Amino acid sequence: MNADIHGLSGAYAVDALDDVERAEFERHLAQCPECQAEVESLRAAAVELTRGTATPPPATLRASVLGQISTVRPLPPANPLPDAGDTTDGARTGAGVVTLESRRRRSPLTWLVAAAAAAVLAIGGLVWSPWSADEPEQLTATEQVIRAKDAQRFEKVIDGAKATIVRSPSLGKAVIIADNMPAAPDGKDFQVWFQNPDGEMVSAGLMPHEARPTVSMVLNGDASKFTGAGITVEPAGGSPAPTSEPIVLFEFS
Amino acid sequence: MVVMSAFSPGHPASGENAAPGQPDLGDLLRASARGDEQAFAELYDATSARLYGLVLRVVRDPAQSEEVTQEAFLEIWRSCARFDADKGSPMSWMMTIAHRKAVDRVRSAEAATRRDQTYERTSRERDYDVTAEQAERDLDGQRVRRAMESLTETQRGAIQLAYFGGYTHTEVAALLGIPLGTAKTRIRDGLIRLRDTLGMQS
Repeated sequence: MNADIHGLSGAYAVDALDDVERAEFERHLAQCPECQAEVESLRAAAVELTRGTATPPPATLRASVLGQISTVRPLPPANPLPDAGDTTDGARTGAGVVTLESRRRRSPLTWLVAAAAAAVLAIGGLVWSPWSADEPEQLTATEQVIRAKDAQRFEKVIDGAKATIVRSPSLGKAVIIADNMPAAPDGKDFQVWFQNPDGEMVSAGLMPHEARPTVSMVLNGDASKFTGAGITVEPAGGSPAPTSEPIVLFEFS
Repeated sequence: MVVMSAFSPGHPASGENAAPGQPDLGDLLRASARGDEQAFAELYDATSARLYGLVLRVVRDPAQSEEVTQEAFLEIWRSCARFDADKGSPMSWMMTIAHRKAVDRVRSAEAATRRDQTYERTSRERDYDVTAEQAERDLDGQRVRRAMESLTETQRGAIQLAYFGGYTHTEVAALLGIPLGTAKTRIRDGLIRLRDTLGMQS
């Protein structure tokens, strides 16, 4: 067991991980029964804190919820019923783990196809509980990259903001996730660049202008072909080539 | 029902949340999974104040909280066959779904502005006090309050900001002025302590 990742259990239990960490932890969680048990117990402890916060919702919500459920088909159970003579808790848990193993071995292509299918079926996002669902969850492009088997992570901290690039050469995609990023100065935008092996910078997109707690953005371009990335401050709307020194540089190695 | 009996042995399905005279949430979930809308209505009546209360606490804006609570209930309806009594109580499972939805909402850019405006009117000091006052309403609340008091100030603050504030551990570290990377540890230590103080199973 990786002690470092195990330490994320508490933050995961209260949804305090960013998207990258959440995906990483869930990958670990799928194969760590200790963490599964710990997360469940910590979630239950957090729920105890809400005993004082109960507030009846407006009466209209009830009609609205009950009016809508008839249009939504409940999913079938995640795990098929055990065979005769195989009804102990241990056996059921065991069966679940096998399913998880097969999930993890799916190729990225399978994920993409499955994600497209799930997107059609799903209303809203699913809470991913790796041990209780065997359907592929809805995966955003960002999640596909983060969960790719060959995902590489590059992290930089700049003045309390954190920029992380996750790249999957096999998918040919990379995403940037920025935490606590300030707004770009007036009339300016943050522009992200890929660096090719010759050192040339190629635009990979503009970050959203306004400050946000967390921004994630899929970068434009075939990420497998580049050797690095950088961020510069450019005039609003971006530039064809960088006009200022990078505020941060990443090397994909 | 024959199929269901396979699930019963060894699972006190009612769990800690079913008081005498209260519907059994696990049973209602299982009936809902078979498309029983009446059972789901009962489930809604038994749990909506808890879910809405949590969502409201995180999201703050009542109109948005209503939307998020509705999304959570639809998700619960859709996935109630996935509830596994081995992995926790029905209430914990439902609250987890609602909490994730609420956090997703406050972290989405669209909501950020509206929420920040509300946030300015609500100081963090008051936030702590409200929890304490509300928790005093009943014995359970007192038990929880005592458990919270057993935590260090940092643990308590980190859990409050993460769970009720919807902040990431990185943001929690910044808000509390503690080194980046230590908030996740404080959240985990604090929750473990809380769990053990409340005498919950690990």
